[in-house]
Amino acid sequence: MTYVVRRAEPTQPTLLEKVPAIWWAVALLLIAMPLFASNFVLFQIFGWTFILGMIALSLMFLAGYGGMVSLIQMTVGAMAGYMVAILGTSGVPTISLGWPWWLYIPVAILIAAIFGTLVGALAVRTEGIYTIMITLAIASAFFYFTRQNYGLFNGYTGFNRVIPPELFGIDWRQATPFYYLTLTCAALSYFAVVYVSRSPFGLALQGVRDNPRRMGALGFSVTAHRILAYTFSSVIAAVGGILLVWQNSQVSPGTAGIPQVIDILVIAVVGGIKRPIGPFIGALIYVLLRVYSPDVLLAFGLSGERFKLVIGLGFLIIVFFSPDGMLGLWEKYKARRAAQTDPLRGGRS
Amino acid sequence: MQSFYKRHPVWSIILLFLFAGFVWLIATPWSPGLEQVLGRKRIFLNAVLSGITLGALYFLVASGFTLIFGLMRNVNLAHGSLYLLGGYIGYEVANATGYWLLAFPVVFMLVGALGLVLQHQVFRRMEGEELRQTLVTIGISVVLADIMLWIWGGQSYQVLSPDWLSGPMTLPLVTALRSNGDPVYLTYPQVRIVILIAAIIIGIAMWLVLNRSRLGMLIRAGVDDRDMLAASGVRIQYVFLAVFAFGAGMAGMAGIVGGTFQSLTPGEDTRFLLASLVVVIVGGMGSIPGAAIGALIIGLAEQLGLVYAPTYSVVFTFLIMAVVLAFRPQGLLGAGR
Repeated sequence: MTYVVRRAEPTQPTLLEKVPAIWWAVALLLIAMPLFASNFVLFQIFGWTFILGMIALSLMFLAGYGGMVSLIQMTVGAMAGYMVAILGTSGVPTISLGWPWWLYIPVAILIAAIFGTLVGALAVRTEGIYTIMITLAIASAFFYFTRQNYGLFNGYTGFNRVIPPELFGIDWRQATPFYYLTLTCAALSYFAVVYVSRSPFGLALQGVRDNPRRMGALGFSVTAHRILAYTFSSVIAAVGGILLVWQNSQVSPGTAGIPQVIDILVIAVVGGIKRPIGPFIGALIYVLLRVYSPDVLLAFGLSGERFKLVIGLGFLIIVFFSPDGMLGLWEKYKARRAAQTDPLRGGRS
Repeated sequence: MQSFYKRHPVWSIILLFLFAGFVWLIATPWSPGLEQVLGRKRIFLNAVLSGITLGALYFLVASGFTLIFGLMRNVNLAHGSLYLLGGYIGYEVANATGYWLLAFPVVFMLVGALGLVLQHQVFRRMEGEELRQTLVTIGISVVLADIMLWIWGGQSYQVLSPDWLSGPMTLPLVTALRSNGDPVYLTYPQVRIVILIAAIIIGIAMWLVLNRSRLGMLIRAGVDDRDMLAASGVRIQYVFLAVFAFGAGMAGMAGIVGGTFQSLTPGEDTRFLLASLVVVIVGGMGSIPGAAIGALIIGLAEQLGLVYAPTYSVVFTFLIMAVVLAFRPQGLLGAGR
């Protein structure tokens, strides 16, 4: 007698089952956050984290998948913010055009994307460190230009009272609505980056990053892929920039000053530029340091103004020891844990 | 020069004519019609001279940067911090001793020593990893900037030039004719002229060292193919150390110069870092003559722009950079590697 052991058909895990439990926990925590967190935490800490995370995410997309470290992302965001202030309403009625929200938001994003694409078209002519230098130079040109130009950008003071439109009767600058607004935008851009990175375009982009010659020989246009990557990341940066302007309710040349431009790089690198979650981790660390390090410094009897020193030193230590940021440290830790497990007997050796 | 003429005869003639026209503008007194278009000649001459002296300062900062990059492929984004640090130290030394000239060797040694430490402890550990170098030097510049803000505060400092350098001097350049036909000559701050001459001397000396000495031969060989140089038995790490220390020391001395005819404030470090970035991008990475030409172009563009289009003067600089990048990505005198 023979038994035929009928094996169960290997079931494909559904899309929902593939998501690890920890993700569900994080998502639930983030959604339930307004139940127990204070308004300050919601608006200042998490709102700011999501916004900076989005702008750093756009850099991560370029750097991680495209191999192009661009310092223009904050400037693209500020451009979108300026467009919102100029096309929409602000405290400077002589310049602001007062368009309705459904018109000025898409136009602002479009203009910022065109700006980012143009910069990208210039930047992709160069490689490696030259890209950093050129985007840094263009970013500072934008900073100085907006500071000098009073006709359009209102010079040194910029625009104040740039507030989100009152949709559905909700004041979006209240802590809880703003928290959900930024959370939604951040989640959407996160999933957009994950999706695009697995799409044919994203795979081709990663191919271009790893071996541009080969991809060129295979018939992919290296330049077009790179420029398109700039366009895509500019859209994300533009959304982040608009949210940032709404959060501060003002936009000025200092929004995209040179320290701010570099901060975005710091955030992305501290979090880790290999995976899209990295920038958000980096942004959370940065925001926590920015908000709380003066208090901590004061507690140690030092002047609270030295928080930049703390951030700079932390950044220096992380990049010195782990080029992949916090995610890299975590992976190193996991790898060491795995190496400690005895391969024959299992368990700890 | 001759090979350039052979390759681009038309461009050479156009450039020659432009140069001749420029010299004519400077040398002769202007007719009233010309003054109506371009304004007073004195203003124009002042702008040109300020541009040239600013270019000299940019050259002092950028030559170290371009040398370091050209030889070692080291991206030192803390270069601006070295400039500002040199300026502050120079201010302290000149203030404490009263000798302006003494500040130069002291700053050269101190900032050069910092450069040695940077090269030995930081860059040698991450050779060839450009992105990591960039990030680490950005971190260093953030930390240095905050430490300097801590020590020297936010106010602006001016290094006082010594008595024998202060005051104006008359240059043999005619600005206008008096009604009786006497020419009026241009007067200009003496210290700026001296700095300009010093920058030219330093530039020529660097060119001579690079092209006529054994050390220069090593450096040029290292720029071209450093693996081959190392393979032929040269202790290339020592050459690297020397060049890095020299570049850092130059940046520090440029800080004193900048502190003398401009001022030292927090934020100057990024300004000069950006200026040297633009200068070496325009001139070509790793080329000393390129740095000189780039610095001259950027300095002139900045100052002339300041006079004739004050709102957009900063944008001119970056426009020049964009045009150079679009048509000659390796820079005007870059080797095109």
